[in-house]
Amino acid sequence: MSTGIEHYLSDFEQLENDDWFSENRQSALDVFKESGFPNARLEDWKYTDVRPIKKKKFSSVNKTPVSMRADEIDALRFQGLDCIDLVFINGVFAKEYSNIEPLEEGLIIENMQDALAKDKDFLANHLAKYADDNSSPFTALNTAFIQNGAFINVSPDVVIEKPVNILYLSKTNGSPLATHPRNLIVVGENAEMTVIESYIGHGQANYFTNAVTEATLSANAHLKHYKIQQESLNAYHIGNLIALQSRDSNLESHSISLGGALVRNDIHGKLAAEGAQIVMNGLYMTDNKQHVDNHTRVDHLKPHTSSTENYRGILNGKSRAVFNGKVVVHKNAQKIEAHQNNANLLLSNDAEIDTKPELEIYADDVKCSHGATVGQLDQKMLFYLRSRAIDEQTARSLLTYAFADELISSIGLGPIRHQLEQLIIGQLPEATLIREFTHE
Amino acid sequence: MLNIQNLHAKIGGKEILKGLNLSVNAGEVHAIMGPNGSGKSTLANVLAGRDGCDVSKGTVTYDGQDLLKLTPEERAWAGLFLAFQYPVEIPGVNNVYLLKAAVNAVRKYRGEAELDAVEFLALIKKKMKIVKMQEELLNRSVNEGFSGGEKKRNEIFQMSILEPKLAILDETDSGLDIDALKIVAEGVNSLCNEARSIILVTHYQRLLDYIKPDHVHVLSGGKIIKSGGSDLALELEKKGYDWIKEEVA
Ligand SMILES: Nc1ncnc2c1ncn2[C@@H]1O[C@H](COP(=O)(O)OP(=O)(O)OP(=O)(O)O)[C@@H](O)[C@H]1O
Ligand SMILES: [Mg+2]
Repeated sequence: MSTGIEHYLSDFEQLENDDWFSENRQSALDVFKESGFPNARLEDWKYTDVRPIKKKKFSSVNKTPVSMRADEIDALRFQGLDCIDLVFINGVFAKEYSNIEPLEEGLIIENMQDALAKDKDFLANHLAKYADDNSSPFTALNTAFIQNGAFINVSPDVVIEKPVNILYLSKTNGSPLATHPRNLIVVGENAEMTVIESYIGHGQANYFTNAVTEATLSANAHLKHYKIQQESLNAYHIGNLIALQSRDSNLESHSISLGGALVRNDIHGKLAAEGAQIVMNGLYMTDNKQHVDNHTRVDHLKPHTSSTENYRGILNGKSRAVFNGKVVVHKNAQKIEAHQNNANLLLSNDAEIDTKPELEIYADDVKCSHGATVGQLDQKMLFYLRSRAIDEQTARSLLTYAFADELISSIGLGPIRHQLEQLIIGQLPEATLIREFTHE
Repeated sequence: MLNIQNLHAKIGGKEILKGLNLSVNAGEVHAIMGPNGSGKSTLANVLAGRDGCDVSKGTVTYDGQDLLKLTPEERAWAGLFLAFQYPVEIPGVNNVYLLKAAVNAVRKYRGEAELDAVEFLALIKKKMKIVKMQEELLNRSVNEGFSGGEKKRNEIFQMSILEPKLAILDETDSGLDIDALKIVAEGVNSLCNEARSIILVTHYQRLLDYIKPDHVHVLSGGKIIKSGGSDLALELEKKGYDWIKEEVA
């Protein structure tokens, strides 16, 4: 058994674990027990040291629920977005603040705990079937603690216009908490929907979010998935998205990472049938001593699948970011297209980026491209703006914003795009002037 | 207005300007001509304050102030404008918003009230006519996807809106067809008055048919080697630069 995980084991004992899923939890815990936290000797964790997470005795048992005021929570929703929402406070479903009913025909949304009780047969076919506990100790740990999270199921041929917004709010209540949100999104044949996962930390709260989202897309299903990570600057965040895609299905993933002291986002798309497509857009903005690691992996398992990835990073202060984009083209997966790009803007000399595209290609008739850039603000552009009476700080912020906006502007949902633009501007000096530049 | 004395400037350790003298009074139009690589753009960039042009010797006074001490934006606030030889494309920064921010930064510096959206719109509508600027271009990112001629016209458009005291036009006429050239000339002429000065850097006498310079200078080897009236340009057009180089040598 590994060391430094004893408190997770004892917290596990306190968990209500007497339902039909208990064996799965136990075996996931056994996997975690065996592996412990990943160390830097593992290739996947080479640049991200999770010892700070290990050292802190986070409690996975939330004994003292905190309350939040309704207006406090409202301020954290997307302004002007007509959506279905689920609110979790410190990892626990807050029904009173959620807004689910009345549900449209063909849509099921439940807290995982309720779903486990009600939809056993359905969940037995899907829950923990896509995320592999052996792929990461954090996933195993999450599975061991499955209780809260969103279960979303859209029936075949149903198009859900309203996005589902899942708000994970963390607010300190004394002892540092670990939460293990687990989401399951099942999109039926020809069905369409949008899901937003929003992680927001309160003030300087110190906590650990260990989230896993599983998604499965049936033939010709469309899922737009947004993850907007604004954890507190003292928080640790590990997040996994695993998607299994059937024929002609379409997944559009947007991952925006703004907060957190130590952050690791993993996205894994499995293109398991012909015509499956995945688009992955990502933006990370780091400052001070933040560490943000984005790992993505796409498996092209069948011919005629396509992946397009575009990640951008803006690094300031002494922050560090990691980008690792892996594309595996399996044997006989001919005629696939895989394009990847990672562009980074370093605003300070002390910031550091490790960027690495990884292509493993076992087919011969493929179209692949990848590129990574690391640079500073363009001196010629800066001079041009300054010669047009724009002061230096504003010019810098403007160009930084423009760099981020090339990604943000591709977001189709107006209220989300708008809010993200405002969030990004809020992180820049001379924010007021820049606000005028944001086009509607 | 502008007084340059014994200016020496280096780029990347290489001396480009080697003791340049030039004096421009209010209300005057000066043309600077000279062979490729002689330092014309370097002079323009030094005046606008570009990083990387190191002034090692000499003085530049503008409107009674030490110009070299000012940042590029302070120079712009004080009424200096450079129309770039190669205007840069800035993806993601909207043309109109840049102009509005620029105008208001200048107005703020002058102690004037900032223009609101309506006033600003009226201003650009008026100026658009002068330089025949298409609305469609205005709403794009700065210079992004503009043709060479459109970029040049955008520079003149910006100039006409900012109404500088001293405008330096670095080969704004290069590559323009005759119609575009006339538009540029009109933009410049509409700006001319006794309080404003203009420096035209050009290779072509053609521009000077439309904008009549008070003085013409030849810049070669980092120095002004000859100055004269507008007829000097005609002579240069006919005879090239070699005869002056010989005359000076
Ligand atoms: N960034 C730079 N690094 C090194 N040398 C430079 C740089 N910029 C300009 N130069 C050199 O400085 C000299 C003067 O260049 P400048 O652009 O001022 O010439 P110019 O008179 O404007 O020429 P043109 O008529 O072709 O525009 C040239 O020899 C050029 O190669
Ligand atoms: Mg030049």
